[in-house]
Amino acid sequence: MPRRRLIVLAVLFVASAVAYMTIGARGNWGFVLEFRGAKLAALCLVAVALSTSTVLFQTITQNRILTPSIMGFDELFVLIVAMGVFVFGMTDYLVVTSWVQFVVSLVLMTGASLLLFGTLLLQERPDLMRMILTGLVLTVLFRSLRTLLVRMLDPNEFSVVQVSSYARFHQIETGLLAIAAATIGAALIGAWAMRHRLDVLSLGREAAINLGEDVRRGTLQALFLIGVLVSVATALVGPTAFLGLLVVSIAHAVTPTGRHAVLLVSAALISATTLVGGQALLERVFGLVTPLTVVIDLAGGVLFLVLVMKGLKR
Amino acid sequence: MISVTGVSHDLGGRAVLHDIELEIPKGKVTALIGPNGAGKSTLLSLIARLARHCAGRIMVDELEVGVCASNTLARRLAILPQSSEIAPRLTIEELVAFGRYPHHLGRPGKHDREKVAEALTLFDLDPLAQRTLDTVSGGQRQRALLAMIFAQDTDYMLLDEPLNNLDIAASRSLMALLQRLAREHGRTVVIVLHDINYACAYADHIVTMKGGRIGPQGDAETLVDGRLMHEIFGTDAVVHRIGGRTFVAV
Repeated sequence: MPRRRLIVLAVLFVASAVAYMTIGARGNWGFVLEFRGAKLAALCLVAVALSTSTVLFQTITQNRILTPSIMGFDELFVLIVAMGVFVFGMTDYLVVTSWVQFVVSLVLMTGASLLLFGTLLLQERPDLMRMILTGLVLTVLFRSLRTLLVRMLDPNEFSVVQVSSYARFHQIETGLLAIAAATIGAALIGAWAMRHRLDVLSLGREAAINLGEDVRRGTLQALFLIGVLVSVATALVGPTAFLGLLVVSIAHAVTPTGRHAVLLVSAALISATTLVGGQALLERVFGLVTPLTVVIDLAGGVLFLVLVMKGLKR
Repeated sequence: MISVTGVSHDLGGRAVLHDIELEIPKGKVTALIGPNGAGKSTLLSLIARLARHCAGRIMVDELEVGVCASNTLARRLAILPQSSEIAPRLTIEELVAFGRYPHHLGRPGKHDREKVAEALTLFDLDPLAQRTLDTVSGGQRQRALLAMIFAQDTDYMLLDEPLNNLDIAASRSLMALLQRLAREHGRTVVIVLHDINYACAYADHIVTMKGGRIGPQGDAETLVDGRLMHEIFGTDAVVHRIGGRTFVAV
C-alpha cells in the first residue's frame, strides 16, 4: 500500500513541476526553461531539506509537534548571517551569495545547533511543554539579538540582512545553487543511510538502547544533519516557519508508517509538491497577489495550534 | 552469569544503590523483590546499560556493561523497562520485528522473519498481528512488548514488573512461559515483581532488596517467612506453607 501511495505522490510532484515550468511561458523556450529550471531546482532542494530536517527532528524528539523552525533553528541561522555582516561588513553585493560567508555561516550554525540543542535533547527526559517554551524563548532571543545588531548597521548592510530574514519563495538565491545542491545532497545521503537507525531511535530512548543503538550518537548525528539542512534552506529562501510541520503532518496522514524509508520519501515528495505547485499557482495563476509563505504559515500555524491543543488534552 | 561487584549509584545527588554485590545464576528465573524505592528497577536498568553506573563493575558472562559494544550486548541481553511508552502507531508485527534489529541492523532475512513468526505464535498474538498498538488492550500491548524481547533471542531477559496491566490468567501464563524459557531453552530471566506470591510460585531464586542494599536471598521455601516480611517489607504478613508451596497471606 505505501508503494502505491508513493507513486501517486510522485505523479503529483511531476505534474506540479511541469505546471511550474510551462504555465504562462512566452517567448524563447531555451531561456524560459533555464530560468525557471534553476528556480525549480532551488525550490525542490529547499523542500526536501525542510521535510527531511523536520522528520529527523521529530524522530529524535519523539513528537509530532516540534520542528526545527519552531525550535528557532532558522532564526539562529539568520542571526549568524547578521553577525557575519556586523563583524566583517559587506564583502559582496549580497552577503549570502558569497561562498566563503556561506561556508563560515554553515560551520558556525552546525556547531551552535549541536551545542545548544544537543544539551537540550540529551537531558534525561526533556518534556514536550518545556521544549515548546524553550523553542519560543530561543526564537524570540535570536530575533531580538538580530534586531539589535541590525540597528547598528548602515542602511546598505541593513537591507542585506533584512532580505535574508524573511521567507521568499519567488526570488531565490540561485547563485548559491551548486554549492547548496552539493551540501544538501550530502546531508540527504547521510539521512538516508541512517534510516534503519532512525526507525529504532523513534521507539524511544530505552527501547533503542535495548536494541543496541547508541542514542547519544544518533541524536548528535541527526542534529548535525538538521543544522546543515536548515542552514542551506534558510540561505536559499529565508526562514520558513510552519512549512516543515505542515508537510510532515500530511505525510504522516497519507503514509502512516514507522519506517523512515517510506516516511522520508513521502515527506520529501509532499513538500516539493506543496512548494512547486503552490508557487506555480500563486505566481502564475494568481499573479503574486498573495505570497506562498502567507498561505503556508496560515495553514501550518492553525495545524500547530490544533496539534498543541490535542497534545495538551492527552 | 550476571555478576555485579561494588556497584553504587546516585540519582540527582541522592544515593540509591550502595555497594551492590550480586551474582545472578544462569538458566534460572530470578525474582527481585523489595518495597517501593528499594532500588530494584535502578539495578535492573544499570545491568541493561539504560543508565551509566557511577561506580563498580557489571559483567554479563564475559562482557563488561558500559565497555563492550552496545550492539554486542543487545544480542546477549534484553530488557523490558517498566513503562514503555512506545510508538503507538506501529502494528504488533512491526513492533515484534524490531526485536530482530540487533541481529540484522535493518535488513531482515528469512531466519529473522521465522523468529518473529515464532514469537507471535508463542505469545498468542497471531490474530492481533496487524493491529496497531493504540487499538489493543494494556495486557495485549504488554504481551507484544514481551514478544519483541523474546524475538531478540538473548540469553538474558530482564523484566521490570511485567505483570502490571495483566489479569490473573495472563499473569499466570506469562510466568509459566518464563519458567519454560528457563528450563527448556536455558534462558536466564531476571524479573522485578511486586507480588511476592508470584515470586514464590514461579522463581527459582529470590533476591530481596531494601534501601539500596541487597538483603537475604534463596529459594521461596527457605527464604520467605514472617521475619523476612517484617524485616524487608515492614509488615507483619503471615506466611503459610501448603503442599510444599509458600503463600503470603495479604
